[in-house]
Amino acid sequence: MPLDAKLDPATHHFRLVGTRPLRPDGVDKVTGRARFGADASAPGMLVARILRSPHAHARIRAIDTTKAARLPGVKAIVTSADFQPGDPAIHDVLCNVMARDKALYDGHAVAAVAAVSAAIARKALKLIKVDYEVLPHVTDVDEAMKPGAPLLHHGMKTENVEPAPKKASNVASRCEFGHGDPEVGFKQADVVVERRFKTEATHQGYIEPHACLASVGSDGQGELWVCTQGHYMVRNTCAALIGMDVSKLRVTASEIGGGFGGKTTVFIEPVALALSRKAGKPVKLVMSREEVFRASGPTSSSSIDVKIGVTRAGRITGALADIRMQGGAFAGSPVELGAMSAFACYDLEHVKAVGWDVVTNRPKQAAYRAPGAPMVAFAVESVLDELAHKIGMDPVELRLKNAAKEGTQSSYGPKYKRIGLGECLEAARQHPHYKAPLGKNQGRGIAAGFWFNFGGQTCVSLNVNIDGTVVLAVGTPDIGGSRASMCMIAAEELGIEYDKVRAIVADTSSLGYNDISEGSRVTFSTGLATIAAARDAIGKLTARAAKTWGISPDAVVWENGHARPSSPNAGDFAPLSLAEIAKTAGSTGGPIAGHYEVNAGGAGVSFAVHMADAEVDPETGRVHITRYTVVQDAGKAVHPSYVEGQFQGGAAQGIGWAINEEYFYGQDGRLQNPGFLDYRIPVASDLPMIDTVIVEVPNPGHPYGVRGVGETSIVPPLAAIANAVSAAAGVRLTELPMSPPRVLAAIDGAVAKKKPRS
Amino acid sequence: MVQVKLSGPLKLAAGGKGELEIEAANIRQLLDRLCADHPKLKPMFDRGVAVAIDGQIYRDDWFRPIPAGSEVVVLPRMSGG
Repeated sequence: MPLDAKLDPATHHFRLVGTRPLRPDGVDKVTGRARFGADASAPGMLVARILRSPHAHARIRAIDTTKAARLPGVKAIVTSADFQPGDPAIHDVLCNVMARDKALYDGHAVAAVAAVSAAIARKALKLIKVDYEVLPHVTDVDEAMKPGAPLLHHGMKTENVEPAPKKASNVASRCEFGHGDPEVGFKQADVVVERRFKTEATHQGYIEPHACLASVGSDGQGELWVCTQGHYMVRNTCAALIGMDVSKLRVTASEIGGGFGGKTTVFIEPVALALSRKAGKPVKLVMSREEVFRASGPTSSSSIDVKIGVTRAGRITGALADIRMQGGAFAGSPVELGAMSAFACYDLEHVKAVGWDVVTNRPKQAAYRAPGAPMVAFAVESVLDELAHKIGMDPVELRLKNAAKEGTQSSYGPKYKRIGLGECLEAARQHPHYKAPLGKNQGRGIAAGFWFNFGGQTCVSLNVNIDGTVVLAVGTPDIGGSRASMCMIAAEELGIEYDKVRAIVADTSSLGYNDISEGSRVTFSTGLATIAAARDAIGKLTARAAKTWGISPDAVVWENGHARPSSPNAGDFAPLSLAEIAKTAGSTGGPIAGHYEVNAGGAGVSFAVHMADAEVDPETGRVHITRYTVVQDAGKAVHPSYVEGQFQGGAAQGIGWAINEEYFYGQDGRLQNPGFLDYRIPVASDLPMIDTVIVEVPNPGHPYGVRGVGETSIVPPLAAIANAVSAAAGVRLTELPMSPPRVLAAIDGAVAKKKPRS
Repeated sequence: MVQVKLSGPLKLAAGGKGELEIEAANIRQLLDRLCADHPKLKPMFDRGVAVAIDGQIYRDDWFRPIPAGSEVVVLPRMSGG
């Protein structure tokens, strides 16, 4: 079957796709046999530790490592001098990995030591003398944009503004998306609401800290075992940063204890490699939880103004957003994606979203599930909720009246192909949750969300073994159950059982390049490549059967795991199973394997609608989420349990983001809560059972109709919960997290406003 | 000829022109000709762009054909988590 042969998910009967077999990695994970980043070890291994800046902003005048180098047991020390600038595209990564002339945030790495024990490495760090000139700092996005704010980079002049600024600032760039003229739209509106929103930075909260083991031999050949979402990216970036040939560095991805976007870049890996090269021994480097918080990427904090106008009939006439995001000490906040996605759910004639990318003295942000979109959805969907109340319209009805559909010109440019927002909204409206009664101090909120989903470079090999089993080698680390889904897809195509296929994540020297597991791309693009690799193998299997029977390959078809003559005219031969063809492969032409390499395009966008019930304690301001439902379009759910898991995971992380999680910086610009005791992610007792509804509107760009599902689920929760809390508290909440002090202050403020003046 | 829309900051780099007509049979030809006409786009393209053809988004897919009459939008490069 050619790759472009598409199966209509509405009518095609899938044998395995859509079922719920056991995950292949489950036993290893529950018994502790699975090997995560910190589980790697090697003979003669050294232990590394990193010295980090105690200042939010400081010039580094000098670093003296003499005493540390003399400490017995210390085998190597590296500073920025061991990493040479080269590729301008990754210069910021280089400066983030090891501070060069300035430390730009509390926790910025300034030196690293490899020693025979952790105790000696820690002692050595204390012997390194860094001469700092402490500089003024700024950590708030709005403060950083003001004239006179402490400047992080004296060469930074805002890009994409006319006329080009002559003075440096902390604003790296401006972007703008949309069409029409919102001011014209506001004049047509009966009701206009304009509000300002703020969200705090949140960490991805992966349970496994960054960890790696590096080994560089005297011949310059290197190996790296690492916990990452993209080991090919790690290989290419590290090779560039420390000056190695790509072919000399072999990177193996470990099992991963969560990533959520935060493991799509490098932090410690080039440091471990540089230390290993210098020491001539393997070096293990594992971040502490404190280091994860201080020095790996959280998402951006944001400050957003949104203005939307509607008619009393519920038609949105104009929409405008001004979005400011700080991405830490380097340019690259996800504000562009936030601006593109801000109004992507709606069919609008007049819409504009402006974004500002701002730097502050915080760690360089990293991607976090649908980067940029949740904060903007919080603002937009909150204003829509308020508008629905003002015009007396059901909030789902208001969204349905304006929902984007096939042919709608999106606010970021292209027209949509077939999409499922309308179906999600209808499914939400029909769900029992939507009509369930609420108790005292409870409120209900709904919100819609959008994410793009991506494809990208992907390479897959499928090897048919002598006993008829199959090994599938993929290059995308399994962050969401992709090995199970790939086994199902391969088995579906080959016509064999699920447990006859084993999927592995191959190392970088064993399989062609693969982009990172990010952008909700793996089930889409690795799945697409698996389908094609299986069809490639089927072509070879049928050719072997044809040879065996002495007929033309064109006269053989593949059905239910067997080669068969395509018609009685082709000959009367008993069907040959995959196992039978595999058994004689050595005599019929050699090994049988299928391959496919692609830069996959055509990933379908995805929409979700979330419903949340919140109870607010008016005495303390504490918020408790009492019920939660996720409705999302998956295109075609390959393994529904994993899809539901993605839906629930996004909602759970969104609940934490909405009501608890926050980076606290002191007056000195130092992070005050770098640990799970004070940075509170949700635990089981904070969460209700999260119901899920899988909507399946096929993606026309995939043979099975698959859409990515990993990110969209974190887009609506902030807004859905804010709408629920606002309804319960009787006052609009516009700042996240909605922690008890903020909620209480909002309630007290509303009460004070209502009190008559004496 | 292909009708091309430039989205986001790309529009400013093309002198404020949001819609252009370009003779191009595939994405590479499209990007090359846009750069030739509007050199300020070059550094942006070097950093990476995405191209939507009839609503489907492609990244770095130079030889993707652009069918006649397609809706083509050039966007900043996008990545996810």
